Amino acid sequence: MKWDLILSNSFYTAISANAVAYILVASGLNVHFGYTGLLNFGQAGFAAIGAYSLSIPINRFDWPWPLSMLLVVVMAVLLALLLGIPTLRLRADYLAIVTIAVAEIIRLFLNSVRFTWLTGGNDGLQGFTRFMENINPLPADGITLWAQKVDGYRLWLLMIGWLLVAVISTGIWALMRSPWGRVLKSIREDEDAARSLGKNVFAHKMQSLIIGGFIGALGGMWLVLDKQSSQPQDFSTTLTFFCYTIIILGGVASAKGPIVGTMIFLFVIQFVDITLQQATRTTPQDPTPLIPTWIVDQNNFSQIRYIVAGFALATLVIVRPQGIFGDKREQAFDVR
Amino acid sequence: MSADQPVWQPVPGSRKDDAILVVDGIRRAFGGLLAVNVAHIEVPRNRITALIGPNGAGKTTFFNLLTGFDTPDEGTSTFNGQHLVGIAAHKVARMGMVRTFQLTKALSRMTVIENMRLGATDQRGENLFRGLFAPLWRGQEAQITARAEELLARFNLAHMRDELAGGLSGGQRKLLEMARALMVEPEMVMLDEPMAGVNPALKQNLLEHIKGLRAEGRTVLFVEHDMDMVREISDWIIVMAEGAVIAEGTADDIGANQAVIDAYLGAHHDSDLGDG
Ligand SMILES: Nc1ncnc2c1ncn2[C@@H]1O[C@H](COP(=O)(O)OP(=O)(O)O)[C@@H](O)[C@H]1O
Ligand SMILES: [Mg+2]
Repeated sequence: MKWDLILSNSFYTAISANAVAYILVASGLNVHFGYTGLLNFGQAGFAAIGAYSLSIPINRFDWPWPLSMLLVVVMAVLLALLLGIPTLRLRADYLAIVTIAVAEIIRLFLNSVRFTWLTGGNDGLQGFTRFMENINPLPADGITLWAQKVDGYRLWLLMIGWLLVAVISTGIWALMRSPWGRVLKSIREDEDAARSLGKNVFAHKMQSLIIGGFIGALGGMWLVLDKQSSQPQDFSTTLTFFCYTIIILGGVASAKGPIVGTMIFLFVIQFVDITLQQATRTTPQDPTPLIPTWIVDQNNFSQIRYIVAGFALATLVIVRPQGIFGDKREQAFDVR
Repeated sequence: MSADQPVWQPVPGSRKDDAILVVDGIRRAFGGLLAVNVAHIEVPRNRITALIGPNGAGKTTFFNLLTGFDTPDEGTSTFNGQHLVGIAAHKVARMGMVRTFQLTKALSRMTVIENMRLGATDQRGENLFRGLFAPLWRGQEAQITARAEELLARFNLAHMRDELAGGLSGGQRKLLEMARALMVEPEMVMLDEPMAGVNPALKQNLLEHIKGLRAEGRTVLFVEHDMDMVREISDWIIVMAEGAVIAEGTADDIGANQAVIDAYLGAHHDSDLGDG
């Protein structure tokens, strides 16, 4: 077993530009679910909108990138309005149903053969990241972090990505300690109580949906900048549920929660993955793998990794039910 | 009871010389059940009015209809001459009419002081953009906090200031809900069973607080089952049964009213109407 490779690769995964993307998508969901109590099961939809609002105009219509980024913002706001206007006056479960449905509709549309001329269909879109390569001041061959090689483009994305995370997380923190954030939390606790005290519940929910959706769209954009390819399968409901896992791990309603939650989540998945990969490997000199093939072999370890990672994450949540940064006192009584 | 006895006619729908809330022909049906069917009510300003009636009489539904949490099928109501029907609940609260709930709504995962601060109206920092910049709202926040702390002290909750509201006892939650409603600085307070599930010692305390509201010039309309409590603090009593107002009057009028006795006995025999 090459532990230095396994560990350095797992650590890198936990701080990579890909991790930045997860942090952003999860931070947006945290605004919805953690602070406002909105059951958004379609955060992947916001991420997809962010990704494709960047890649379609650049790839298909040669838009300048700042205009394309503006479109990311506009589309995220429009999607939030589309989801929110019909549902936010109704019971919480309506938002859940509509968000999950709309996110799937977006993904199926992006995947459809009929619109391949626009979206690239199943193959996705590439070649929209040149602007990012052009503004990258770092040398292209990059650096080596411990035993992990990182190319210049990804190092650049990682650096400005973390700057973006710092700005967004500080913004969320500043908003949530303000009276505005207090209204969101009161809606999460009991929206009728908030109403009885003169708070415009609908307007605040709508603002929360827009802000969290916008942050999710930025995350989706970062996801495809890192992959240098927009593909529909990256925006399935799995992404949303990974983000729920992340914010529960990190501690719901904490601005730091999604950061630490993402790092733990991606580290555990990656660590289990490459450890299993190494432990099931056979070479001509050494034909017996470390783990007997009747338990797991090279063909199925990638399914097993989610099982093992699931157990690891479940253990963490059992040991620390409030998450890393959650408030322990909140576990002491029944919320409803 | 206040020194000056009200002299209004003890009949359903009686006129008051200075009514803050006037209700006309309000009806609300749930399927075939006519839950509220109130022909006319006037609630007197700066008085404590009790709304009593057997369970299922429609008291909570009536509260919901007045405060914008439900919409009547027909009828009108005015608060200080302003129309209430069709006005959203948060706007009714901003007009100066604030209600509490029969099932207490403490905001569990927020601290007691945050519950209190939330009640304050016209907060600059509740705007998304101003919220981002603390210097724009910090001054007002300090004033709000000072007022909240005063109220907490008055309601014997000062020692719970930084506890999560979910950790309070049932009685303390009732107190918190009432104190929080006062942060809105309402002209009229509507309390739905403020003393349900509160231990006797705290009940006396709550009674004093309700009297205190009248002393401050506020109007109180409250739902209560315990006739001894009602008798002790209310200036006027309105009795509902099966959705309609069946009697109005002072405690003595109500105790002698045959329709009221029938309504209670018809609804449930063990109901305590006091000794009146
Ligand atoms: N949302 C509702 N749907 C159907 N029936 C209701 C609803 N709310 C109240 N009711 C019915 O209306 C009647 C009055 O209820 P309520 O106003 O809660 O009475 P009270 O507060 O006087 O005990 C009851 O028969 C109750 O079952
Ligand atoms: Mg009731």
